[in-house]
Amino acid sequence: MALLKKTKSSQELGVIKKRKRGASLQAKKSRAGWLFIAPFLFGFLLIYLPIIFDSIKYSFHEIDIIAGGGFELVWVGLGNFQRALDDAKFVETLMNGLGGLILEIPAILLFSLFIALLLNQKMAGRAAFRAIFFIPVLLTTGLIADIDAGNILGDYMGSTGGDIETGGGSSGVAEIISATDLQNLFNNMVVGSELAANVTKLVNNIFDIVNRSGVQMLIFLAGLQGISPAIYESCEIEGASSWETFWKITLPIISPMILVNAIYTVIDSFTSGSNSVMAYVNALYKTGGDGNVISSAMAWMYFLLVMLVVAAVAGIVSLFVFYQRKD
Amino acid sequence: MTNQVPNAPKVKRESKNKIRVEFDRTPLLERLRSKYLSLYFLKRVVWYLFRFLLLLGVCYVILFPFYSKIASSFMSPEDFVDVTVRLVPKYPTLDIYKAIIMENGYLSALLNTFVLAGSCALIQTFVCCLVGYGFAKFKFKFNNLLFLLVVFTMIVPHSTLQLSMFMEFRYFDILGILNLLGGGVVDWLRLLENPSLNLLNTYWPLWIMSATALAFKNGLYIFLMRQFFKGVPDELEESAYVDGAGVFRTFIQIILPLSIPMMITVFMFAFSWQWTDNFYTDLFYTTSGPTLMPDIVAVPTSLNITSAAANMYNSAITNTCGILILLPLLLIYVFAQKYIIQGIERSGITG
Repeated sequence: MALLKKTKSSQELGVIKKRKRGASLQAKKSRAGWLFIAPFLFGFLLIYLPIIFDSIKYSFHEIDIIAGGGFELVWVGLGNFQRALDDAKFVETLMNGLGGLILEIPAILLFSLFIALLLNQKMAGRAAFRAIFFIPVLLTTGLIADIDAGNILGDYMGSTGGDIETGGGSSGVAEIISATDLQNLFNNMVVGSELAANVTKLVNNIFDIVNRSGVQMLIFLAGLQGISPAIYESCEIEGASSWETFWKITLPIISPMILVNAIYTVIDSFTSGSNSVMAYVNALYKTGGDGNVISSAMAWMYFLLVMLVVAAVAGIVSLFVFYQRKD
Repeated sequence: MTNQVPNAPKVKRESKNKIRVEFDRTPLLERLRSKYLSLYFLKRVVWYLFRFLLLLGVCYVILFPFYSKIASSFMSPEDFVDVTVRLVPKYPTLDIYKAIIMENGYLSALLNTFVLAGSCALIQTFVCCLVGYGFAKFKFKFNNLLFLLVVFTMIVPHSTLQLSMFMEFRYFDILGILNLLGGGVVDWLRLLENPSLNLLNTYWPLWIMSATALAFKNGLYIFLMRQFFKGVPDELEESAYVDGAGVFRTFIQIILPLSIPMMITVFMFAFSWQWTDNFYTDLFYTTSGPTLMPDIVAVPTSLNITSAAANMYNSAITNTCGILILLPLLLIYVFAQKYIIQGIERSGITG
């Protein structure tokens, strides 16, 4: 009996030993994992965190540049934030920027989903269409977007009447529909004139929307490629129309991508240089003097707002997200 | 012949391995009618046309600005005064191109930007590949929490950080080491001339940020890479481990070759976004720095005109700068676009 017990305990010991060895392999692998992400980790701790910390610090200070080189910080508490809020133009730009997003984000999401669905179908010239659709993502950013913003040629080239001196607008494409036409169309319906005006604005800014929905289109397309054709086939056999298949199959499977894209769109349109608030903060940064510090304070307030919007959008969209059980 | 079924196909010709039979088919006209006059076919034709027109329309929206820019870049000042000239220049010249290339230092900007964007994109691709692999395939403590930090770097608008980023690289120092050696802490210890390094107007700020995956949109690249590696089956690595390869050897010999389409995608993004970037180049490079692409966007002095069309002409010149900036990118895109789309499709992002 005692012997039996002994062997049993030694067996247990062996098991424990074995498990220990397994854990050490795990530890080895997890150590390798740390090594792989080390570049990012070092960068984050040694460069990014100090930058963030400094930025927060500056927003509570005033900077005095010393003539011989170097600078001195003077603590002003919440003064910078107060001054930023007193800047009526900043508050106005902020509010306008937020208001514009409420319509733009669904528009970008819908457009990119729709185009991704189209580009996912088999048809003649699909490769050419895809190549053209991804041009704006890669090429119309940063510098080129800045050049386009000051471009008065596009309107002139697209228009039929000639007025050389005026121009303006960034779309690069002539007005596609005019607000008055739409007004007439919607006159008898119960649609507010404000909505009509906003819709015309969206349609006329179609170039802008196409430009900004590139990455989203790619992500949707990748998601659509991931749906197994067998599902569609069985749907067809069961007699589902493509309309029903879209609502019952495609949309639920792709809904996690909608969440990702919604967040990405919010972040992207908030942080792009063409955003009016960003442009305002940047312009202020370039004016020099102690305006710099206020721009830092403004940017932080703006960032908090972005976080709030991201959280709100993520909360709303994630209510409708369907997660597939893998096993 | 007697046991033939009444409706059996008639054999017309028979050879060793070929047989030709004749069926009783429905007449051609009827067949065509049932095929092409049905509601189903009509619906399909309408859908095809609608889809084609829609895609064509959006392509027009995308390509028209490019066309108008290219057309206007060949125009001479007279064309802008002439109201009848719209999309086709009447007096085509290459003056604008010549002036920009000769006077704005286009060639040196091209070389410098190529070196900068190429090196940054290479570093970023490799580092994001490493980090993405680490996040995708290894279980360690705080894995998900650390990935949230990556998302965090994506969310913070870089304008928020521009002042402190400028300061960081103007007075560059890691953990106060240089400050200590330079006599900033204790007076007698003064091994270095300056207590900090001024990295502005060199390529170092962008190289450092690339090597630590903090540069423009690197969070997105890490995300793409991570999704891609999550789609790679674990069995591949396990069999490599069983065969005695270490983690790093597996990564270099098995995983890296697999991920080339994805790496090309990330490289293209990184390269073209660095190529047209003006946020970091404005921030880190002042006038005394290397000539980069943003520096060539200006109206050359020899093209200054003061006629009624000066506004339009200057705009055309700026656009031509844009074309010259995009030209190398377009060439690369034509060759690489196949891989970009492939890479994206294979990433199989699933939320």
